[in-house]
Amino acid sequence: MKANPDAPLLQVRGLTKHFPVRGGIFLRTIGQVHAVDDVSFDLDTGETIGLVGESGCGKSTVGKTLLRLYDPTAGTVFFDGRDIASMSRIELRRLRRDIQIILQDPFESLNSRHTVGKILEEPFIIHGLGTPAERRRRVDELLERVGLDAGAANRFPHEFSGGQRQRIGIARAIALEPRLIVCDEAVSALDVSIQSQIINLLLELQREMHLALIFIAHDLAVVKHVSDRIAVMYLGEVVETADATDIYESPRHPYTQALISAIPVPDPTAPRDRIVLVGDVPSPIDPPQGCRFHTRCRHARDDCRRSKPALTASSDRATVACHHWRNLK
Amino acid sequence: MAALLRVEELSVGFDTEDGFADVVDHVSFDLEAGETLGLVGESGCGKSVTALSIMGLLPKPAGRIHGGDILFKDESLPRIPPDRMRAIRGNRIAMIFQEPMTALNPVQRVGHQLAETFSLHEPGLSTETVTRRSLGLLEQVGIPAPEQRLLEYPHQLSGGMRQRVMIAMALASGPDILIADEPTTALDVTIQAQILELLRDLQRDTGMAIIFITHDLGVIAELCSRVVVMYAGRIAEQAPIGPLFTHPLHPYTRGLLASIPRLDDEPKTLLTTIPGSVPGIEELPSGCRFVNRCPFAVERCHGQAPVIDAPAPGRKVACHRWREVNAGDAEARST
Ligand SMILES: Nc1ncnc2c1ncn2[C@@H]1O[C@H](COP(=O)(O)OP(=O)(O)OP(=O)(O)O)[C@@H](O)[C@H]1O
Ligand SMILES: Nc1ncnc2c1ncn2[C@@H]1O[C@H](COP(=O)(O)OP(=O)(O)OP(=O)(O)O)[C@@H](O)[C@H]1O
Ligand code: SF4
Ligand SMILES: [Mg+2]
Ligand SMILES: [Mg+2]
Repeated sequence: MKANPDAPLLQVRGLTKHFPVRGGIFLRTIGQVHAVDDVSFDLDTGETIGLVGESGCGKSTVGKTLLRLYDPTAGTVFFDGRDIASMSRIELRRLRRDIQIILQDPFESLNSRHTVGKILEEPFIIHGLGTPAERRRRVDELLERVGLDAGAANRFPHEFSGGQRQRIGIARAIALEPRLIVCDEAVSALDVSIQSQIINLLLELQREMHLALIFIAHDLAVVKHVSDRIAVMYLGEVVETADATDIYESPRHPYTQALISAIPVPDPTAPRDRIVLVGDVPSPIDPPQGCRFHTRCRHARDDCRRSKPALTASSDRATVACHHWRNLK
Repeated sequence: MAALLRVEELSVGFDTEDGFADVVDHVSFDLEAGETLGLVGESGCGKSVTALSIMGLLPKPAGRIHGGDILFKDESLPRIPPDRMRAIRGNRIAMIFQEPMTALNPVQRVGHQLAETFSLHEPGLSTETVTRRSLGLLEQVGIPAPEQRLLEYPHQLSGGMRQRVMIAMALASGPDILIADEPTTALDVTIQAQILELLRDLQRDTGMAIIFITHDLGVIAELCSRVVVMYAGRIAEQAPIGPLFTHPLHPYTRGLLASIPRLDDEPKTLLTTIPGSVPGIEELPSGCRFVNRCPFAVERCHGQAPVIDAPAPGRKVACHRWREVNAGDAEARST
């Protein structure tokens, strides 16, 4: 039973995940990695939200916490109107069917000693679905759907190219007809000519199966291409959300502006008015007070160093966390 | 004027369990003093092997140059004695890699490693001179608090900072050529932007030539004046930067440029794709190596490898049908 029929498929509120840092001879906790701090967003059926931001800003941790691979330090996640923290074992089993993840290196996540047929049959066996004959038929259907021939079932993952292995990874992720897939750098290791094939496959599957997607990638042009909305993260926090087209055309947060201006454009005649960020991202163990971006922000003033800007609405479909966003540009 | 570096009909292969594998096949290009040449192509197409061949750093004994030549200021690099090659590698041609950690010594301080580089090129420098020059180099590559960095170990530096240290070490001898093999692939776009800007500035100030290897056409567009496009061990196309992007001649280059997602695309629309995948070494077709994925392929493409044509000054293309392929294009433009 769904608690609220109008609620979005996924509702994330104040999600926080800290990892203890241990040190000294007794390995006592001497600090916390602020991997994810107070992250909130909604996601509807059939919709894609892109997560972008520099390495270590917490994108994967958001994904893993949603899958309950990590327990959140604070905050709530509602899936289909139900709090995943208070789910019964039976409900959690169902959740593990409904939410899937696709990672960068499908080889690492595929058991190399099993044939592709066995790998794809496994989810059905784990969840006790179908007779052996039905399962084999489903495997054939899955292979066909992701563009591999039926003979692939008898071969091993290492016999396939990177792009084909990613197709196998996708086949496994969609096997149980999930409602949400977290794609964590799923196309990042692929060559351009293969990447576009896999992106198209994901777009088609999303349309057919009404999938919701959380799309994490460091290639911002790729994220823009597949997403309806985008959330920009910096040091564990969301600093801006907006529709994909909107955020690339008129970024409001100074960090988003710098990030987007840094994208290399495959056009030698494109104007390059780049905002080069100085320095590196500060340590997530001891993030800066006030606005976490102030140490690298060219617009920072005194209040930025003192008080933390809240994520507030910048339009009816967008939010931004910056004291001065109205007066930039 | 003779080119600074000439790669002529270079062919390189490896001894493997399944016999000798040819991975670079008759590759030719020139590098002029002071220019930035891009080398682009899919994973495994032979970019790094080409670079390592120039550096004399092919893994021995498996890797072998078995045809062609590499001329640096008219000296044949594959033929000179090892210590002469070592001197050129230390002083005249330098290389930086994708993962600086593999090239830096993890248990030695940054300052010590820089000092070693200096003493390799100019033995007998005083400690003060070495320290002064090291600080100067770290400053030149934009490392904040350089005095402190000299005392640190590589793992204490961020990825972007390590790449800067690598660049500093490569610059220590004031080389004529810097070969950069995907130096920004592992970095965030913001840090990548810093490193590209640094390379541009350094080139302007020192006049060194750069061979920049990448699979990212965006980076190529930013940095390079000329581009060599490789496919499955061979050159598909070679062109100045502008024409490559406005009028790519080879079907592979055309497909590649059409399939990149762009910021001004309508989101969630299907991308143009190149069907299929790159053939493995053991299944290379006998004619054109792009034949199994090419929408223009005809009988001839299967049987016969295309020769390299020179359609315009500075342009080269290896395709039987480049005229027809691009004639259609011109027609489409005029209607
Ligand atoms: N299991 C863990 N234990 C301790 N710290 C962790 C753990 N997982 C992640 N972290 C830390 O949390 C922060 C966020 O990491 P996360 O992997 O979520 O970043 P990311 O945005 O996915 O980065 P990338 O783009 O490099 O994949 C980092 O500082 C990371 O070192
Ligand atoms: N030591 C080796 N022994 C056998 N084969 C090798 C060796 N090094 C490279 N090769 C093969 O040579 C070919 C070209 O490799 P190379 O590393 O030059 O590719 P690349 O274009 O640099 O690719 P990437 O973009 O992945 O770095 C590949 O097929 C590779 O498998
Ligand atoms: S030679 Fe033939 S197969 Fe190769 S790229 Fe040209 S048209 Fe295509
Ligand atoms: Mg990650
Ligand atoms: Mg390489």
